[in-house]
Amino acid sequence: MSVKNPARRDFLVKAAQGTAVAACGGLLWDYLLRQEVRAHPYALRPPGALAEGDFHAACIKCGQCVNACPYDTLKLAGAGGDMPIGTPYFTPREIPCYLCPDIPCMKACPTGALSPELEDINASRMGLAVIDLENCLSWKGLRCEICHRECPLKGRAIVLEAHPRGISKHAMFFPIVHSDACTGCGICEKACPTTEAAIRILPHKLVQGKIGDHYRLGWTEKSEITQDFKPGAATESGAPLKPGKKAPGVDYLNEGGL
Amino acid sequence: MSELPQHSRSAAEASIAKLHARTGMSRLLGWRHLVLRRLSQFGILLLFFGTAHWGWQATKGVPLLTGNLSSSEFLGLIPMADPFAVLQIFFAGHILKTESLIGAALVLGFYALVGGRVFCAWVCPVNAVTDLAGWMRQRLPIPTLFPLNRNMRYFVLATALILSVVSGVAAFEWVSPIGMTHRGIIFGMGMGFLALIAIFLFDLLILKNGWCGHLCPMGAFWSMVGKTAQIRVRFDKDTCTHCGECARVCPEPQVLNLKKLEQTGCVIPGECSNCGRCTDLCPEDSLRFALRPLIHRPAVPKVRATSPE
Ligand code: SF4
Ligand code: SF4
Ligand code: SF4
Ligand code: SF4
Repeated sequence: MSVKNPARRDFLVKAAQGTAVAACGGLLWDYLLRQEVRAHPYALRPPGALAEGDFHAACIKCGQCVNACPYDTLKLAGAGGDMPIGTPYFTPREIPCYLCPDIPCMKACPTGALSPELEDINASRMGLAVIDLENCLSWKGLRCEICHRECPLKGRAIVLEAHPRGISKHAMFFPIVHSDACTGCGICEKACPTTEAAIRILPHKLVQGKIGDHYRLGWTEKSEITQDFKPGAATESGAPLKPGKKAPGVDYLNEGGL
Repeated sequence: MSELPQHSRSAAEASIAKLHARTGMSRLLGWRHLVLRRLSQFGILLLFFGTAHWGWQATKGVPLLTGNLSSSEFLGLIPMADPFAVLQIFFAGHILKTESLIGAALVLGFYALVGGRVFCAWVCPVNAVTDLAGWMRQRLPIPTLFPLNRNMRYFVLATALILSVVSGVAAFEWVSPIGMTHRGIIFGMGMGFLALIAIFLFDLLILKNGWCGHLCPMGAFWSMVGKTAQIRVRFDKDTCTHCGECARVCPEPQVLNLKKLEQTGCVIPGECSNCGRCTDLCPEDSLRFALRPLIHRPAVPKVRATSPE
């Protein structure tokens, strides 16, 4: 084909060259993208934000959520900073999210990156408050408890536990955060009076562990755990008894003549 | 242009002389579209900025223009979205909320009518920087460092879409100097100005019209949309003296191929951004904006139908 049709060959060569340049550039570009996307695992997103990967894909970087926030909580990340470029985030120690009941930021979002499925602002999970027990004034024995008092979900997101202490008759009151109610609004972090906040908000995946289903908390089960593992009924063929339902991890404890 | 004997050298020289003899008012008029374009570009940014920072409202409780060029809402009512960004997000595997889709359709429809790259010349903030570099370059004897095919931008466009699939995020939006600029001006610049400086230097010292004319995938996208434009530069072949000054100021000179214009009667290619440089400059008034339906194709035998380009 090349000899017969030089114009065509020319075109093919040009197209191949263009593709090659695009491919080389593309690899570099892809590398930049991946660097940028994972720039900062600490980013706290507005209420209702999709999971981080989906959020990165869906957010068009328009800043309408930023404009809608009446407290100037939200910022749109500039280029080259430590937040993924152009995405909205907030810094609780500066301005926390005040949990507007009408969720204006989410309503302003045209893309759905802030999911319209969030109906109750108290159901938002922007992050999780974590207490530095060594520097929390209450855990040191002072009467602070400011985070507890300021928390819009006090009694659920933060509870105080009274502990007697040996040296005096005054009890100590320990603030404890419960992840099933904490929204991650950061009002506690903003209010904390220590020089560096002793309570701070972090994305769940950075702080939450997972016990896995090979541990079972016997006292929380309705029935005795062992009941689940009674040997199955004898089979008709008279084959040896087979164990019934198994829980992961139980097998190696219960079998092998332990 | 040797095969166009009907255009004498002296007529062309007279045209050029006319151009250089412009003074005062007529010289100022020669900048009319440039001034209007800057007003449009900065005016739009100002509306965004005023709404974001000074709480500009249309009526009480209704913000004027919120968001930025990626996606916005006018008068709390009309959604707008950058169709190229929405397309990339689609390739990244996300179908956005209806609001964004309607917004993208509105914007796409608008530019399909007025000309895709009208975005470039009248809205895009990077354009002011590349125009400045182009203007300086015209006055400085800087040779091209390496040439680049103007179709490169279409490869960049294709790469942006493929990378969106591969990486799962809108590939160009995450590196776009256009985004960095308009977002930066409205919401905080960060290091975004470095991208602008890079583009400026690239255009000034390396390749004339390098970014907008060769690489920008957004420009490529709008070029493709621009094929259906209904506002176009009309060409009057009877008054044109082929002085060639228009192609000297045009950032996409290939669209001002006078031989082709004689057949089509107006500038067809989508790369034309309706910037109006040529209409303002043409000393014979042969180039003017007109509505496409009103431009009748001159009765010239169709050459293209029989010969393969
Ligand atoms: S819920 Fe209210 S305070 Fe919180 S980020 Fe949204 S708009 Fe701002
Ligand atoms: S409004 Fe939605 S799309 Fe726009 S910046 Fe905020 S999260 Fe992103
Ligand atoms: S972040 Fe702090 S103030 Fe907000 S809900 Fe959680 S514990 Fe309460
Ligand atoms: S080519 Fe790109 S950078 Fe240049 S004006 Fe158009 S959109 Fe803006």
